[in-house]
Amino acid sequence: MSEEGTIKKLMYVNRKAPYGTIYALESLEVVLIGAAFDQDVCLAFLDDGVFQLTEGQNTDGIGMKNFSKTYTALGDYEVTRIYVERESLEARGLSETDLQELTYEDEDDDWAEKPSLHIVGSDELAQLMAEQDVVFSF
Amino acid sequence: MPLEVNGKSYETDEEGYLANINEWEPALADAMAQADGAELGDNHWEVINFLREYYEEYQIAPAVRVLTKAIGKKLGKDKGNSKYLYELFPYGPAKQACKYAGLPKPTGCV
Repeated sequence: MSEEGTIKKLMYVNRKAPYGTIYALESLEVVLIGAAFDQDVCLAFLDDGVFQLTEGQNTDGIGMKNFSKTYTALGDYEVTRIYVERESLEARGLSETDLQELTYEDEDDDWAEKPSLHIVGSDELAQLMAEQDVVFSF
Repeated sequence: MPLEVNGKSYETDEEGYLANINEWEPALADAMAQADGAELGDNHWEVINFLREYYEEYQIAPAVRVLTKAIGKKLGKDKGNSKYLYELFPYGPAKQACKYAGLPKPTGCV
């Protein structure tokens, strides 16, 4: 690491359904905590992980906290790039309209609201993964 | 260690954070502040109410940095800085204000 500290490219990969295991919530908490370190962070959602971002989740029947709204706070934490794999959505009969709207305010563009969510094919996602310094898998 | 306010008992964790956010009422904030030797004024309540609204919307207590920025946007630049917030909540704005607001301890706050 240099004297000023190195900014690394970090990707958090989320592959599991939001409830039933603790992976999704743990990943989200690590992202929020890690946001304090000013790294170059992006998130990827694939396989059952795409369910983490679906709109209209209701956990009343399972006695767990519905933390899906917390994803909409990611923009406040300067997490502005969230990738969802198109093939995973399609295999589950989902499309972008089933997902929550995720946005951030661009400080360099007079705080204009911009989308953080990007639907990408598996080829593009593989390329993005290859560009990272660190990939955390949840 | 339960908190006794107006003859009612409220469950808290070992650091004094309210166990059930839905049990919160303003009198609890006053009682917690009193125990810390502080008294809550309008400026405190602005922050406490803001935190409750933030939690309602996002289901988390914001990190200090996020809180500071959001307060500045909502209540004005003169309030959106850590000096102002630390003067109101000397034990740390996120930690102390969240406690009074009945929220869980902020994620990542040690």
